[in-house]
Amino acid sequence: MASHQPDRGQRGLPGGKPKYSAFAIAKKAMNYHQDWQRAWRDAAPKDEYDVVIIGGGGHGLATAYYLAAVHGMANIAVIEKGWLGGGNTGRNTTIIRSNYLWDESAAIYEHALKLWEGMTQDLNYNVMFSQRGVLTIAHSEHELREMSRRVHAIRLNGIDSEILGPAEIKKFVPTINIDQSIRYPVMGGFLQKRGGTARHDAVAWGYARAADDLGVDIIQNCEVTALRRERSKITGIETTRGFIKTPRVGCVVAGHSSVIAAMADIRLPLASRPLQALVSEPIKPILDTVIMSNAVHMYISQSDKGEMVLGAGVDKYNSYAQRGSFPVPEHMLAAAVELFPVLSRLRMLRHWGGIVDTCPDASPIISKTDVEGLYFNCGWGTGGFKATPGSGHVFADLIANDRPNKIAAPYDLNRFRTGLLIDEHGAAGVAH
Amino acid sequence: MGLMKAKPAAQQMRRRSSGGRIDRTKPVTFTFDGRSYQGYEGDTLASALLANNVHLLGRSFKYHRPRGIVGSGSEEPNALIRLGRGAYAEPNLRATQIELYEGLYAESQNRTPSLKFDIGAVNSLLERFFPAGFYYKTFMWPASMWMTYEHVIRRAAGLGRVADDHNDPDRYEKAHVHCDVLVAGGGAAGLMAALHAGRSGARVILADEQNEFGGWLLAENDTRIEGVDANSWIAGMVADLAAMPEVTLLPRTTVFGYMDHNYLTLVERVTDHLAERPAHLPRQRLWKVRAGQTVLAQGAHERPLVFSGNDLPGVMLAGAVRHFINRFGVLPGNRAIVVTNNDDAYRTAISLNEAGANVVVADLRIGASGPLITAAKDAGIAVMAGHAVTLADGNHRVARVEISAVNEGATQITGDTVHMDCDLIAMSGGLSPAVHLHSQARGKLAWDDRTLCFKPSATHEASFNAGACNGSFDLGAALREGARAGVKAATAAGFKAFTSIETPALDTPKQSWRPLAAWKITNGEEPGRGPKAFVDFQNDVTASDVALAAREGFQSVEHLKRYTTMGMATDQGKTSNINALAILADALGSEIPEVGTTTFRMPYTPANIGAIAARDIGHLFDPTRLTRMDEWHRANGATFEHVGQWMRAWYYPQEGETMAEAVNREVLAARTTAGLLDASTLGKIDIRGPDAAEFLNRIYTNSWLRLGIGKCRYGLMLKDDGMIMDDGVTTRLAEDHFHMTTTTGGAAGVLDWMEEWLQTEWPDLKVYLTSVTEEWSVATLSGPNAAKILEAAGIDIDLGASSFPFMSMQEAHLGGLPVRIFRISFTGELSYEINVKARHGLALWTLLMKAGTDFGITPYGTEAMHVLRAEKGFIIVGQETDGSVTPPDLNMNWIVSDVKADFIGKRALARASMSYDDRKQLVGLMTTDSQRVIPEGAHAVIDPDQPMPMEMLGQVTSSYYSPNVGASIAMAMLKGGHSMLGSKVYFPMLDGDVIEAEIVEPMFFDAKGERING
Ligand SMILES: Cc1cc2nc3c(=O)[nH]c(=O)nc-3n(C[C@H](O)[C@H](O)[C@H](O)COP(=O)(O)OP(=O)(O)OC[C@H]3O[C@@H](n4cnc5c(N)ncnc54)[C@H](O)[C@@H]3O)c2cc1C
Repeated sequence: MASHQPDRGQRGLPGGKPKYSAFAIAKKAMNYHQDWQRAWRDAAPKDEYDVVIIGGGGHGLATAYYLAAVHGMANIAVIEKGWLGGGNTGRNTTIIRSNYLWDESAAIYEHALKLWEGMTQDLNYNVMFSQRGVLTIAHSEHELREMSRRVHAIRLNGIDSEILGPAEIKKFVPTINIDQSIRYPVMGGFLQKRGGTARHDAVAWGYARAADDLGVDIIQNCEVTALRRERSKITGIETTRGFIKTPRVGCVVAGHSSVIAAMADIRLPLASRPLQALVSEPIKPILDTVIMSNAVHMYISQSDKGEMVLGAGVDKYNSYAQRGSFPVPEHMLAAAVELFPVLSRLRMLRHWGGIVDTCPDASPIISKTDVEGLYFNCGWGTGGFKATPGSGHVFADLIANDRPNKIAAPYDLNRFRTGLLIDEHGAAGVAH
Repeated sequence: MGLMKAKPAAQQMRRRSSGGRIDRTKPVTFTFDGRSYQGYEGDTLASALLANNVHLLGRSFKYHRPRGIVGSGSEEPNALIRLGRGAYAEPNLRATQIELYEGLYAESQNRTPSLKFDIGAVNSLLERFFPAGFYYKTFMWPASMWMTYEHVIRRAAGLGRVADDHNDPDRYEKAHVHCDVLVAGGGAAGLMAALHAGRSGARVILADEQNEFGGWLLAENDTRIEGVDANSWIAGMVADLAAMPEVTLLPRTTVFGYMDHNYLTLVERVTDHLAERPAHLPRQRLWKVRAGQTVLAQGAHERPLVFSGNDLPGVMLAGAVRHFINRFGVLPGNRAIVVTNNDDAYRTAISLNEAGANVVVADLRIGASGPLITAAKDAGIAVMAGHAVTLADGNHRVARVEISAVNEGATQITGDTVHMDCDLIAMSGGLSPAVHLHSQARGKLAWDDRTLCFKPSATHEASFNAGACNGSFDLGAALREGARAGVKAATAAGFKAFTSIETPALDTPKQSWRPLAAWKITNGEEPGRGPKAFVDFQNDVTASDVALAAREGFQSVEHLKRYTTMGMATDQGKTSNINALAILADALGSEIPEVGTTTFRMPYTPANIGAIAARDIGHLFDPTRLTRMDEWHRANGATFEHVGQWMRAWYYPQEGETMAEAVNREVLAARTTAGLLDASTLGKIDIRGPDAAEFLNRIYTNSWLRLGIGKCRYGLMLKDDGMIMDDGVTTRLAEDHFHMTTTTGGAAGVLDWMEEWLQTEWPDLKVYLTSVTEEWSVATLSGPNAAKILEAAGIDIDLGASSFPFMSMQEAHLGGLPVRIFRISFTGELSYEINVKARHGLALWTLLMKAGTDFGITPYGTEAMHVLRAEKGFIIVGQETDGSVTPPDLNMNWIVSDVKADFIGKRALARASMSYDDRKQLVGLMTTDSQRVIPEGAHAVIDPDQPMPMEMLGQVTSSYYSPNVGASIAMAMLKGGHSMLGSKVYFPMLDGDVIEAEIVEPMFFDAKGERING
């Protein structure tokens, strides 16, 4: 993995769209910013495409972009029922890391992390990918043991990871409470320095603009209502803006994957559940890294705006309503105050929920189906933002070649039949 | 105190000689930015600063522009300050909501070095180069520099600073209540609703964000209700409500969340307003209310007008100006310009005039007329119809305006422009109902073309909207609606609201509630040029930013919000949303209702994290579970480890002993004489019912139907994916009665799991489950002398192997204590698990320790327990297993029945991959260097010199030094391990070192199992 470098294809808006730069801003300022172009065209659906991607989240847009940039395809549409990035892409807490336990996971998340490194330049869009480190805390002897296992595996996978003791953690994160007498004291942690965060909306917008530059049609406010099949082959999709003919459909609709799958009489092993997050009012910097904790159960970072960004686990019921129940943020905030007492005198500013699609083994599905030309990329659950570029990259490859590559292969739907699960629940237990 | 040398108190030069709801007999001294000022009890920090003619209170987020007070309540976007000192300091509080108290200490924020001279304000000079979204377009080269750019951006962003001492000294509490009717907002409508609901006998909660009830009425000096002035009427209403035993009045309480099934969250600021805070009171209280019905009556927010320079200190909302004059007796300026698109601001003009200010009204409407306008003119106020403020100018405070004749819609200057000096602008752009809670509860909104606002339409929860928050701005209508909502809510909650609705007699100015649609007032220049006109003050979003976003395709309101940050500031867009939508609609050639609103979400106003966490922190964060023997362990120097919620004795170091020495001693003792372990934490579940055996047969992989009474059996349970979930010994107490044990950490999960199956899949089975973990204390006595010690302690049963065989249970008396003794073993030694009623736990422990003294009985902790079982190759679920391990992987096929029709996980075990050769399988390891212990978690490779990423076989799950073997022993899960016996594998360490080991059977001691009978 360490040696492998993803094929980034054509980079930096080869389609000829005017580029963004400080110089461009200065120039446009002369005319009071009156002649900026649209970031992407407001395309109306054409009658026919070579590939249609359903879902204008990060994963869908990245898929379309890499189909164009790496596989040289152009007649592609991304169909989004609402506004681009309005699903989990625009609702997540943006933690990015690749320090997963299983080899299959490490492979795909590290593939993604490599693509994050350089994404701003590839897309000519500042996605604010900030490698300020992700530190996972251990609070018990049992967690220390698990941590040791993870770090050994991660390191032998060629991925950066280091173990810190409480004193080193305190030095790295001065606001954290390492008092050993608290209920679940900070006993140690492991840090991936190359991990961090990115600006989620910018990822959707950057991919949209770069895909548009390569000729991809981005169609918002267009909901897919049915899949049309002939024998067991896809022939097109019905949408709220009419029928679109296409031989290949990639579904990347996260929490609504089961809904689309049902249109092709497929049952996916997915549960859709609410996942909540919240931010505090903005304050001057107090936390320059990302902290994750399983035992007290919350994770936290501080955005460039200064807001503390917090999340925890899913609500334990199935739902399509993008809202959760109060006990979850209540517990999350108590956990946050335990580890960062300074938060007590801050205020919660905004709170929201998204619907995450989780497989029984907490790993994604990147797969062909029994219907020819119908592909699914879903099941990223609580932690797919970090995978966005990698997921789009391997999914584009799957659609273009009608076969999974080495990284995508373990994520085939068939694993639920063979039992070759990649259990990130049981083994790793870490959600994001 | 005493940090800053206080200058003498300035005079309250803008305080009116009389009037207002302040207590002039109680002067209050406070400090702002190091200067000492005076106000009165009843003031807010904002009103007291205005009384001292202080308008400049803060700096904006992006451009660091000087900013002052705009509003008078929670809608305030600008006047954010840091309150208090040391551990009590709190950033980002709105000066308009801080009640003044003696000694209050406040500082401005987001400025360096001072509010007047802020170097961040260079951003303001460059603002032309920082349009909305500029950071997405730049800071891209060189790529390696982003972390540096970001560092600078982060330091410039953010608002206030957190407390200097991070430990919050205050206490917060939670209250859980049910009520019949919750009324949110105690203005005219809310008071009426509460009174009418209250009269029915319903349990009513009336909550209001402010320190006193009355809402906007508190500021109206021109209104009489039932023949008395508004303030007296409010006092009467509050007195009536206070007299009702079922009515709870909650002032200073914000209803901030409205969730499913009428579940609402409120935060009450209990002592924030007090100089001396009684120790028995929490600082704030979180109320979690399940309301039968709700009445939403949170009123409305006034909108600013969007003109160039509208963000200068001294430019305020007209209603807020009236508030300061009438409620606080403060005149915020002497030369005032009132600019409005509606009638209501004339009441402010009249108040200003009465208070002695020089007032000019610029009315955007060309032919507006009505009693208020006539009254203003009669009072000698100059009214310029068809005029707008096209530019406000000044340095740190508005000083001049340009007023121009404009067309309808104010998009063009159509006539002369006049210049005037002024020190105050009161602006009014119409009202926006506070529909937040209604919308949070998934109520629908409808745009009203007449009053130019979104009003609630269909409700989703059991709720009623009343008054201004329902778009009924007229006082008479608000009172009527409030009363009606109160009656309806009480009735819907099942009470007889016997009162007929009384609407009080009113004497208040008549006015029209129809503003003119004029959203962006021209400054006479081409679009985008000239001084900026702000839409969202705090986040510095201008009208041209909105237009730019639309131009670049960010046309969904959600995109607009995210691209420009409009509405994302701490004021949640209360004053800015509608103006932004209107400007966006205009840019798109669309209509406001088509553009729609962003989703309203909890919280209505930001709520303290401390209050939401409340007492669920510290030792109450999660219960700590201790066994009944804990006292003894502590007294005897045990070291503890966390196991789930339990604290378990880990090892008992003696004077001068290291952990390794202590553990070795304990491990040896258990094999040479006897060890005693506190095993009380093991999960225990009582299973009873005619189908209990059948139930176990389905839950466990092995057979249970024919287990004899009094006999014990080890069981493994799998998840439906075939993976090991938990294990333990279960004993049959009677035909229909079993005692199950689980792992310590798995107890709750196992009970949930079994309940789920019983309740959802097998409702036909007659089985009842009860957690009895806490009912029993358990001491495990293990070692060759175990039986002798029991005898020494006084046992009334025969311990001989034939009368009390391995894997059976007997009831007995031990030293007079009634006990259940299970002859089972996790060490491989002769071993008894002695269960007593929980409360006898300590007695049992001390009894055994005493009886064992002569035998050298040694208490051992969880670490020695781990070593002892590893010597025997016994697994620990959660250590050898991780949710991906099957019984065959552990060579435990013997425990999986192939005759049973079904058990959980059976089908999954039949899947193809379950029998692949390269599955990870349990093996033992002996290191080549027998004294070297491999760290747990280390991964095995065949070739330690291969390049990264390495081909890994699997990981070490348990690893110890075994004093009984005299060598390091380990267990590991390795790919294809069962067929690798005798092979060498290598463990690369994090520091580059490599450990070599040989794969062996996971059985290191007494392989024949001869010691089990002592
Ligand atoms: C609160 C929260 C916090 C999270 N935190 C993290 C984190 O810190 N790190 C991390 O890595 N991951 C995190 N995640 C997970 C992450 O957000 C998701 O895994 C990831 O963003 C999924 O991206 P996507 O493009 O697949 O889905 P989405 O962004 O949800 O995109 C799917 C799109 O499909 C559209 N769609 C659905 N149905 C149809 C239809 N019929 N027709 C047309 N379009 C349709 C939707 O409108 C949506 O825009 C978090 C998620 C949530 C909710």
